[in-house]
Amino acid sequence: MPDTPPGPRPIFDFLKLPVDGEPYLEGSRCGRCSATYLGPRLACSRCLARDDFESVALSRTGRLHTFSIVHQSFPGIPTPYVSAIVDLDGGGTVKANLLGVEPDPAQLPFDLPVELTTFVAPRKDADGNEVIAFGFRPRQAEKGA
Amino acid sequence: MSEDVYVVGTSMTRFGRFPEQDVAQLGARAALDALDDAGISLRDVESLFCGNLFQASAMVGQRILQQVGQTGIPVVNCANACATGATAFREAWMGIRAGAYDLALAVGVEQMGKQGLLGGGGGRRGISPEGIVGSGLMPAVFGAAGVEHMRKYGTTQEQFARVAVKNHEHSTRNPLAQYQKACTLEEVLKARTIAWPNTLLMCCPTGDGAAAAVLASARKARELGLGRAVRVAASALTSDPWSDRDLVLPDVSTLTRACARQAYEQAGLGAEDLDLVELHDCFATAEILHYENLGLCGDGEAGKLIDERVTWHGGRTPVNVSGGLLSKGHPLGATGIANIFEITQHLRGEAGDRQVEGARVGLAHVIGLGSACAIHVLEKAA
Repeated sequence: MPDTPPGPRPIFDFLKLPVDGEPYLEGSRCGRCSATYLGPRLACSRCLARDDFESVALSRTGRLHTFSIVHQSFPGIPTPYVSAIVDLDGGGTVKANLLGVEPDPAQLPFDLPVELTTFVAPRKDADGNEVIAFGFRPRQAEKGA
Repeated sequence: MSEDVYVVGTSMTRFGRFPEQDVAQLGARAALDALDDAGISLRDVESLFCGNLFQASAMVGQRILQQVGQTGIPVVNCANACATGATAFREAWMGIRAGAYDLALAVGVEQMGKQGLLGGGGGRRGISPEGIVGSGLMPAVFGAAGVEHMRKYGTTQEQFARVAVKNHEHSTRNPLAQYQKACTLEEVLKARTIAWPNTLLMCCPTGDGAAAAVLASARKARELGLGRAVRVAASALTSDPWSDRDLVLPDVSTLTRACARQAYEQAGLGAEDLDLVELHDCFATAEILHYENLGLCGDGEAGKLIDERVTWHGGRTPVNVSGGLLSKGHPLGATGIANIFEITQHLRGEAGDRQVEGARVGLAHVIGLGSACAIHVLEKAA
C-alpha cells in the first residue's frame, strides 16, 4: 500500500475533495433498480444485482427528512447539535449535522432545503492528520423564495 | 408440523446495579431459579442457549455451567444486539422443535455497569464521527425515528412522554424493576433533554440482570404437568429488509411488521386476541411506533391510543405492565427472556399486584438495532 502523504483527509472515503471543484459525496447506484448507496457494494441489497454499479456524484442539495437534537453526548463532544437525515435531490439519503440553525425543533421545518458544506473536524485522526468533515446548512438561494 | 414447545419454568433477577457479581454469577442465579420453577435438575437439561452481548466472545454460557453444574451438554452462546435473549430463547425452541432435545435452558444475562450512552461508534481513521457527522447515539437514532412519526402523523412530544408516564407508573407494581417510581407528565417533559424529543425519563437505563426459561417438548411438558405450562404459540425472527433510508436511519418498523405478520400467522390469531404485550420501549418514541407495527392500532392512530389510555394496565391491550425497558430496565442480553418471563407470570396468574386478570395470550417483542426483531406469542396451556 503506498504511503499517503500527510495532510487533510476526508472523514469518510465517500466524501470527495477535488482540487479543482466543489466537495461532493460519492455514491454507488444500482444499474438495475437505481438504489443508491454511500460507498461501494458487492451486490445491491435491494434487488441482489451484482457488478452493475455506477459511481455517481450525489447532489450537493437536498431536504431535511427528520432529525434529533442531541443534548447529551460523549465527554468532550460539544452539545447541542442537530443530527439530520437528509434526502438528497436525485437520490440517496445521508446523515450529518445540520449547521447554521438554532437547535430548536420549532426552527427546523420538515423538507427544509439544505446544501452540503465541509469544515475542518475538531479532532485529528489517529496519525495526527487534519480531517475534513461534512454537514449541511440551509440553502441560501431558496431563502425567501 | 412439529410438536408444540412449552415454557415449563422461568425466572428473572431484579434488574439494577450489581457490581459485586460477575456476569456468570448473575446468569447462574437466573438459571437455578428457572430450574427450581420447573421442578427439574440441571441433570435433566439437554442443552443451554445463552444470550449475552458485551462479553459475546467470553463463553458466558459455559461459565454459568461452571457455577451451577458442568454436565457436558452442548452450549451455544448468542449475540444479536438487543434481541440477544430472545434469540437464545428461539434457538432453544428450534432445538426442541427439531426433535434434538426434550428439555433446553435459555439464559439471557448482561452486566452493563454504569455504562452511559450506547451507539455512536464507527469511523474509519481513528476519529469518531459522533457529533461531527450526525449522531449514532441510541437516544438520537430513536429520537429521529420519533420525529419521523411526528412528520407523518402529527404526533406530539406530549404523546411520546405519556408512554413514559405509563411505564414508570406500571413499574411501581413490579418488585423486580430497576426503577419503581411514578412520575407526572410535567416531570417527564421537564426532565433534561437527552436527544429531542426524548428526555431523560423517556430513555431506558443501563443496568445488570438476568432472566432464564426452561423449554420442553410436548411429551416432556405433559410428563412434568401442564398446570403452569405456557405454550409457545409463535416464534419469529426477522432482519431488516431493504428500505429507503434504513442504512442511515435504522428502520425499526418494516422488520417488526414482517415479524408480527409471521408470528400472528403461526399462532393463528391477531392483535385483537392479545391480553397483554411486552414490547421494546428502549425509548418512549419507540413504543408509539410499535403500537402500529404490531397492529395494536391502525397507522397514525398510536398517539390516540396512548391518549385514550388503551395500553395502560386495565385498558383494552395493556402494554409493558412490567414497567417496560424504560423503568424495569434493559440489561441488553436479559431483556428478551425477561419479557417472556413477564408474559408467563400473567398467563399463570402469578403476576401479583400487576396481574392482568384472565390473561390467556400475550406477545413479547424485542428489537436489536442493526437490526433484529424477535416476537414470541405465548398462550396459557391448561
